[in-house]
Amino acid sequence: MKRVTNFLLPAIGILLALIVWGAASTIVKDLPSPIRTWEESKIYILKPLEKRGEMDQGIALLAYYSLMRVARGFLLGIAMATPLGFVLGMSRTMTRIFDPVLQILRPISPLAWLPLGLIIFQKSEPAALFAIAVCSMWPTVINTMAGVRAIPQDYWNVAKVLRLSPFTTFAKVVVPATLPYMFTGFRLSLGIAWLVIVASEMLTGTPGVGGFLWQEYNSLIYAHILLAILTIGVVGFVLDRLMGLVEARLRAI
Amino acid sequence: MAFIEVAGVTKAFVTSSGLSREVLYDVSLSVERGEFVSILGTMGCGKSTLLKIISGLVAPDTGQVAIDGEVLRGIRPSAAIVFQNYSLLPWFSALENVRLAVGAAFPDWTRGRQREQAVRHLESVGLGKAVDRRPGHLSGGMRQRVAIARAFAIEPELLFLDEPFGALDALTRDSLQQELSRLCSVAGRPITTVMITNSVEEALLLSDRILPMTAGPRATLGAPVAVELAKPRSAGELLHDDHAAEVRAHVVASLTADLERARARRRLDGGRPSRRTAAAAEGPALRIAPEIEG
Repeated sequence: MKRVTNFLLPAIGILLALIVWGAASTIVKDLPSPIRTWEESKIYILKPLEKRGEMDQGIALLAYYSLMRVARGFLLGIAMATPLGFVLGMSRTMTRIFDPVLQILRPISPLAWLPLGLIIFQKSEPAALFAIAVCSMWPTVINTMAGVRAIPQDYWNVAKVLRLSPFTTFAKVVVPATLPYMFTGFRLSLGIAWLVIVASEMLTGTPGVGGFLWQEYNSLIYAHILLAILTIGVVGFVLDRLMGLVEARLRAI
Repeated sequence: MAFIEVAGVTKAFVTSSGLSREVLYDVSLSVERGEFVSILGTMGCGKSTLLKIISGLVAPDTGQVAIDGEVLRGIRPSAAIVFQNYSLLPWFSALENVRLAVGAAFPDWTRGRQREQAVRHLESVGLGKAVDRRPGHLSGGMRQRVAIARAFAIEPELLFLDEPFGALDALTRDSLQQELSRLCSVAGRPITTVMITNSVEEALLLSDRILPMTAGPRATLGAPVAVELAKPRSAGELLHDDHAAEVRAHVVASLTADLERARARRRLDGGRPSRRTAAAAEGPALRIAPEIEG
């Protein structure tokens, strides 16, 4: 019975999605059906590590380039976001000062940051990292800040009563107490970083899943667009699950 | 001059409705070096606030606290506090919780010596086998033992206990009370202790003097009652001891008389008491019946 709910029900959902896709492909002329998509893209999936040209590579290689870019942008983003979150969480004055700036920068789309990055850095790769970092940092800032504010008075009292130094208080009380919130922020940030990667690769034309998608659109090979879309979805899903596992372990303390 | 001198302490809090509520009014007391004093009162009468002020965790609005002739500003290095809710850090093991305190109290010691001190104090409260367990995996009684070990591990001169056994069941409470009185008696130097409690028996068992606290708001201390019995005492002995009975009757009488006065005052005022005040005065009453060990 458990197996039914764990495997069969999700399988039904995927099947239904494929049926809708197939039905849509009979109506929309240029939309490849699921079967045609598989026929035209199987070389990318069956030989995932083959390198045939700059953009013409196995899907695992393309996903790997994108993941590495995301990892760098994401790490840069949380490296800026976490300290900022702690500062804003610990000082009401700092929050008053920076809150408007934060609220204004937060809703800006990656498509808006990218040209700015290109102007500042003159090259596409750092511009892409800049866009990923700036877009993905906000959930980490906000969650870290909320986590620091949510530290129970009891823990502050422990720090006071034991007369812990500011550094020890930070390392042994503030950081561990905030960690679960921080990781929720990291998880949301990683989700955004993965969203941004596609946009930035499309605009900068660098090799990766997004760059591949844009190139195949320009070459009119529509089945490969669907392949890229599905890859983006699957990779994003796996990333979120992995972060979810880490987060669950932290919350179990 | 006594070791701890509290003079004219007043404290008010602003309630959520914006009204200022005077919790403590003109509280004065003194505690001699090495003395064990209990402040006994109903729940919500402001005795925890008083302890926070005496220990230096919170500053009074007016009045002052002096310890060893020095006006108190913040918590003293030689002071340890045990809270009712244990206040352990859940991400650290029992040992790490105690070691954190030892490390802060004795920064010059080597790590090995700090660890040894922590282990020794955990062993002395019977937790030698549970040093690596996190608070989440310990019972309430064991957690409070860790908190007590943490307090004694810094070799305090001053010990503040904020209803330390209030959250524990009767049996665990009895055994921890015994443990505490033993630890106080075997410590290398006299430990001056101030305990907050709502149990007359607990106060009788452990203290040299009992200070009854009137019902809040504007709580203040009644006349102190000395407990002139040799220590360590046992709950069983106290049940049949004439002096204990006298002290018990005296303390209970003074507290109930005060509760009656508070009620009469509200009736005379004609006004309806605020819900909070009523809860504070009439809420869970004193545990005055001796708890017979079962």
